[in-house]
Amino acid sequence: MNLYELKVHEAHDLIKQKKISCEEILLGVLDRIEEVEGIVQGFVTVTRDYALKKARETDKKIALGRKVGPLTGIPFALKDNMCSKDILTTCSSKILEGFKPPYNATVFERLEEQGAVLVGKTNMDEFAMGSSTENSGLFATKNPWDPSRVPGGSSGGSAAVVASDQVPFALGSDTGGSIRQPASYCGVVGMKPTYGRVSRYGLVAFASSLDQIGPLTKDVKDCALVMNAICGSDLKDSTSAPVDVPDFCSFIGKEVKGIRMGIAEEYFSLGIDDAVRNVIGKAIDNLENLGMGKVELSLPHTSYALPAYYLVSPAEASSNLSRYDGIRYGFRHEDSNNLLETYQKTRSRGFGAEVKRRIMLGTYALSSGYYDAYYLKAQKVRTLIKNDFDEAFKNCDVIVTPTAPTVSFKAGENTQDPLQMYLNDVFTIPVSMSGLPAVSIPCGFINGLPVGLQIIGKPFDEGTILQVADAFEQSRSFLNMKPNFGSFVRGGV
Amino acid sequence: MSKYEVVIGLEVHLELGTKTKIFCSCPTTFGDEPNTQVCPVCLGLPGVLPVLNKRALEFAVLTGLALNCEINSYSKFDRKNYFYPDLPKAYQISQFDFPVGKNGYLKIQSNGETRKIGINRVHLEEDAGKLIHSNDGLFSLVDYNRTGVPLVEIVSEPDLRSAEEARVFLEDLKKILLYTGVSDCKMEEGSLRCDANISVRLKGEAELGTKTELKNMNSFKAVQKGLEFEVERQIERLENGHRIVQETLRWDETKGETVTMRSKEEAHDYRYFPDPDLVPMEIGVMMVEKVKKELPELPLEKKERFVSQYCLSDYDAQVLTGTREMAVFFEECVKLFSEPKIVSNWVMGELSMHMNAAGLDFCTIKVTPEDLVEMLEMLKQGKISGKMAKDVLAEMFNSGKKAHQVVKEKGMEQISDQGVLEEIIQEVIKTNPGPVADYKAKKKKALGFLVGQVMKSTGGSANPQMVNEILRDKLKNV
Ligand SMILES: [Zn+2]
Repeated sequence: MNLYELKVHEAHDLIKQKKISCEEILLGVLDRIEEVEGIVQGFVTVTRDYALKKARETDKKIALGRKVGPLTGIPFALKDNMCSKDILTTCSSKILEGFKPPYNATVFERLEEQGAVLVGKTNMDEFAMGSSTENSGLFATKNPWDPSRVPGGSSGGSAAVVASDQVPFALGSDTGGSIRQPASYCGVVGMKPTYGRVSRYGLVAFASSLDQIGPLTKDVKDCALVMNAICGSDLKDSTSAPVDVPDFCSFIGKEVKGIRMGIAEEYFSLGIDDAVRNVIGKAIDNLENLGMGKVELSLPHTSYALPAYYLVSPAEASSNLSRYDGIRYGFRHEDSNNLLETYQKTRSRGFGAEVKRRIMLGTYALSSGYYDAYYLKAQKVRTLIKNDFDEAFKNCDVIVTPTAPTVSFKAGENTQDPLQMYLNDVFTIPVSMSGLPAVSIPCGFINGLPVGLQIIGKPFDEGTILQVADAFEQSRSFLNMKPNFGSFVRGGV
Repeated sequence: MSKYEVVIGLEVHLELGTKTKIFCSCPTTFGDEPNTQVCPVCLGLPGVLPVLNKRALEFAVLTGLALNCEINSYSKFDRKNYFYPDLPKAYQISQFDFPVGKNGYLKIQSNGETRKIGINRVHLEEDAGKLIHSNDGLFSLVDYNRTGVPLVEIVSEPDLRSAEEARVFLEDLKKILLYTGVSDCKMEEGSLRCDANISVRLKGEAELGTKTELKNMNSFKAVQKGLEFEVERQIERLENGHRIVQETLRWDETKGETVTMRSKEEAHDYRYFPDPDLVPMEIGVMMVEKVKKELPELPLEKKERFVSQYCLSDYDAQVLTGTREMAVFFEECVKLFSEPKIVSNWVMGELSMHMNAAGLDFCTIKVTPEDLVEMLEMLKQGKISGKMAKDVLAEMFNSGKKAHQVVKEKGMEQISDQGVLEEIIQEVIKTNPGPVADYKAKKKKALGFLVGQVMKSTGGSANPQMVNEILRDKLKNV
């Protein structure tokens, strides 16, 4: 087995037993990056020297008797919208050209405290707006299962580098499905925790009331380990919830007999691909075989989630992104004669098409005279959607749905049609709009492309989600497949 | 009398005296080197989040209570979006539909009558930075030290009816705010700033006239003069058959006129919406009760109490309650020396005179209430004369010495010893037979001359009352 193929908990065991050093693990990973990154293009920045320094420091500390925590010495990647002190943080946008924050995101700080080793910042749809990572202002990331296809978005870089064994785990951010949908397309585990579970401090905001950071991992146990490290309230984020964090690993390996899964009819009709419906159906059968109960239910406002989301999130984005004006950091268009021109030229050259589209949408939705009809109405719809879930969770413990209506699509297929692109998040958005936790785990393949199963939980009940996900994963260990790099790594694309 | 009625509403921005900024822990001290009191949060760098300074909220509640407002139990922050280089996030965190306080009032005293001016709202917000333009106009620099300094905005109802009244409102408001201690209210440092909405209409008309907004007046004089000018300007336009154009104006102190800043067409659409980075605030009964304990007796109540409790004149009570510190000083004295009128005279008179001359206030002077009272006791007991008392106080003020120390050091103690005085008086009578004869001949002036002689020979330290008595007595027997 190659070192880069190790999962977090496997690597941890070896480091703890002193069978390998942190530096060895890191070097394995760096070699792997060298090998496949040219094809995957998941990284915006590889922090090779920084990582080597950290890994060697960690080895020294271990030699001096430092306790080896579950993430000590484990290499990882951050989506490039999480601030890392003195390390480029671009949000894959030209407008943040050269921006090196003088502070760390709380999640990064927490991982570093554990001794985890940052190896790079991953590509994303610009400012996390998109579902394919083709909207990156820098370059497009490829799906490791088929480089002619997209990895999903906006955390496509993070999903792809985990799927291609370039790092044992990565963090992504999810606003309308941006962790779960790429996890589904790339065949990895991706969890969006409850809104407020993880500090957003240092996460460059897209839509503040929806954004949430979460892990992308190779299996459910790793997901639990990373959740343990990043969850918990933070004095720097007043929206972070003062709720106790359980040991998520304690939910791993437990039986799921008697846990009730809700099946919502709406999620099996909205533009879902037949083959996907079929794979999900089998996954549900499998969960039933594990002893879970099945409850048919309805989430009647599901179809309103997408339009409401495309009012609320651009509205917040239009405000969050107005600070990029070329005055203090990042890109500035120098050839301007006055302040207004500086603003206009900087923003028109610095932002990509999708970002501009959403800024305009959001500005319109918030403008006086339209606020009530759009923004306020959308917020009311949001409440109805949340009420649907509250009602549903009276009768079940988790809700099981497909993560996305299709498998990964061909690059360029949807780029000309933003509305078609938006439909990829139709199953993840209602969850985000309700602030609920959910995971996407691989549950099957269609023509060699992974399909994701979404398991949605009650607020702050990530434990039960992980329990169900882990039980499913254990029962379907044959799904533990790897993308076949052999064919294209050696020039066979 | 004019046939027009003036309608003025004020918006006052008050910088709160918290030690740290509203959403981060940077200090708020005034006048430091540019951009030395900043952090990623108040600079609005990507990814950072605001966390509310609880003290700022308490101060806003205190301001609301002092202005008789209802305190909203549910309050939240909103974003006010606009572009300007001094605003790092391109939005200001402010409050739109749920301000901390609403529906209050302030009683002012104008032309001898008490008027109740409505307070529409009291809300919290963050300050912006400051632009510094180069002399050649080629570039501008930004100082972000002020960004994130907590402000309270106080919006009055359009209840003010003259420029004079607006000034009085502002003065009384400042007095109240100083009493509460929420701000130092230094207009010259911008911690109290004022905008006004002005319109005029024919008397008896119900509808408001078109208003103009006068921005950033930073002294009481500017408020009165600016408003007077603008009222005159509006009336003149109406008289000449013109319409008033809705616009934003600035008061140009040097030109002595109002200048257009922007017209209504250029007005912003601020696109207010709830700030998703800050959770809504529950201002509980507990907190309001806690803050209420901080609310001091306010100037108007205090003044009325001074009149009734200490039998002072309206004028005296008004002056003594001019600042909280003066009122406290006065009351401390009265606790030790139960002649309020005498204390009042000395505090308002000699002591204030020295303070004004030295540019000091009750927080910075060396004379304590105990010191002043000691001096007053000496005066009352006749140990020193009124004239001496003034000198003693002057010395106490300058050196910080106690009254008895000054008197002793300067040998100022008054001669009140009967035996000593009798001896001196006998001597004066003996050496001035002429005036003594004049006195006997009922020439009144002669007594004055003889008293003067006694004072002269004692270097002015004889107790004048005793000298008078003894002299009359002795002269009877001459
Ligand atoms: Zn700061």
